[in-house]
Amino acid sequence: MHPAPSVIVFTTLSGLGFGLLFWLGFGLPDVSGWVAFVFFAIAFGLAVGGLLASTFHLGHPERAIKAFSQWRSSWLSREGVAAVGALVTMGIYAAALIFLDVKLAPLGWIGALLSLATVYATSMIYAQLKTVPRWKTSLTPALLVSISLAGGALLAGQVTFAMILLPIAAVIQVIWWVRGDGALSESGTDMASATGLGNIGQVRAFEPPHTGTNYLLREFAFQVGRKHSMKLRAIALGLGFILPLLLLFVPFGHVLAFLAILLHLIGIAASRWLFFAEAEHVVGLYYGKR
Amino acid sequence: MTTLPETTNRKLGLVIDLDTCVGCHACVISCKGWNTENYGAPLSDQNAYDGAASGTFLNRVHSYEVQPLATSEMPHPAAQLIHFPKSCLHCEDAPCVTVCPTGASYKRVEDGIVLVNETDCIGCGLCAWACPYGARELDAAEGVMKKCTLCVDRIYNENLPEVDRVPACVRTCPAGARHFGDFADPESNVSKLSAERGGMSLMPEQETKPVNRYLPPRPKDQMDQPEQIDILAPFLEPIVEEPKGFLGWLDKALEKI
Repeated sequence: MHPAPSVIVFTTLSGLGFGLLFWLGFGLPDVSGWVAFVFFAIAFGLAVGGLLASTFHLGHPERAIKAFSQWRSSWLSREGVAAVGALVTMGIYAAALIFLDVKLAPLGWIGALLSLATVYATSMIYAQLKTVPRWKTSLTPALLVSISLAGGALLAGQVTFAMILLPIAAVIQVIWWVRGDGALSESGTDMASATGLGNIGQVRAFEPPHTGTNYLLREFAFQVGRKHSMKLRAIALGLGFILPLLLLFVPFGHVLAFLAILLHLIGIAASRWLFFAEAEHVVGLYYGKR
Repeated sequence: MTTLPETTNRKLGLVIDLDTCVGCHACVISCKGWNTENYGAPLSDQNAYDGAASGTFLNRVHSYEVQPLATSEMPHPAAQLIHFPKSCLHCEDAPCVTVCPTGASYKRVEDGIVLVNETDCIGCGLCAWACPYGARELDAAEGVMKKCTLCVDRIYNENLPEVDRVPACVRTCPAGARHFGDFADPESNVSKLSAERGGMSLMPEQETKPVNRYLPPRPKDQMDQPEQIDILAPFLEPIVEEPKGFLGWLDKALEKI
């Protein structure tokens, strides 16, 4: 799949933002006044910034309001509904906390769960696609939700939770990679089933339908060299999980916390780039690209 | 609504005969022509006249080389070249429809055609991601998703002569490799053709239940098989093994010299 920068920025930033909102909704850390303002500003900045970035890849962003209508069937629509629900609920919760110094705890819990639901809905947009065997697994929501919770804990200064969640997310990440590498061949979809010609013999793409490129090749036929993919996996694992975890063991201050979060973000961005760039869409088989 | 209908009254679709298709791409051109000039946003091209041309098409013809496996009777089987037109298969369980967040994609209850309401499409591209066949292409100029409409603006169009009330690709195919009809009716031309020739679904393991069927290529003549003799061979065999009469005498006389 084409690793579109808008989608990578969106899932990375909004995942972290909603992760932070989750912890804030449960009063972890229990903040009020200006400190709460800064925390919520960061969370909303990340979540809303990510959502805005995601509209850049739309053909008609001005019609985006229509995307809230099909929540009964579409995970993308559910994501939109959950995101707006989470932002509105947490907005009210935050406003009461900051300006009135009133803690509406149950509202915070609802907002926290809606934030988590948003990340889950985002992950299901990918996990539902049978056309991309690497994504079609319950490990995908596990991966995206655990990264969001771990990153959120890191950003919320919840050292104990971050120490538990970062290794969990790292392990899910590695399992997700290992499973993903065999997913296409496990899926049973190959050139033989794509063309129905496999019972005659070995099928080879002889001539593509067009001399130039097209939407399908640009969008679905992206391929990364295995050498680079291994390097990037090491970077993602090291920066995203291992280094932030090690930084948690040294005496923690604002500078180190900022460094841990920055490393985590870079690592997760690398992981998310691989998430798209390594994903094989079965339509590539018609072009002999797999 | 982007939920799929339980059943459709008719199942309109195509039979594509891989045995007959000659790979001329006439269906590609007639499709692009009709669907650029008629219903919906035109199918745009980008950089049509320089080296990096690309454009939106609803129907594309791939060509595959299929190499049969060598056997002891057939040590060197000849490869076969098969032209392979591909457009929307109007699946019964169309994954492109259910993922749509706006309700722009839908499957019609009356005839099973999968369509996009272009004024509702936000161009997110998720339906194209969900389609295993590459049947949907986001138009780069219009920013909306384009797909085969089964020429819905031809097949019911009473302004056209009756012979033209079929999809443009079917009407134009010079080889008769494309057939249009109702798969819900077991007596229809397409149902019968598909039953006779073992019509197949593409990527059945994706569980999309495509309506369109592909007829597999018929077995080819095997001229390269050593033992195989043409059915006309007995008529072509030399009748006289040894020359007789004058030629026989001449042959012997010349041998002696």
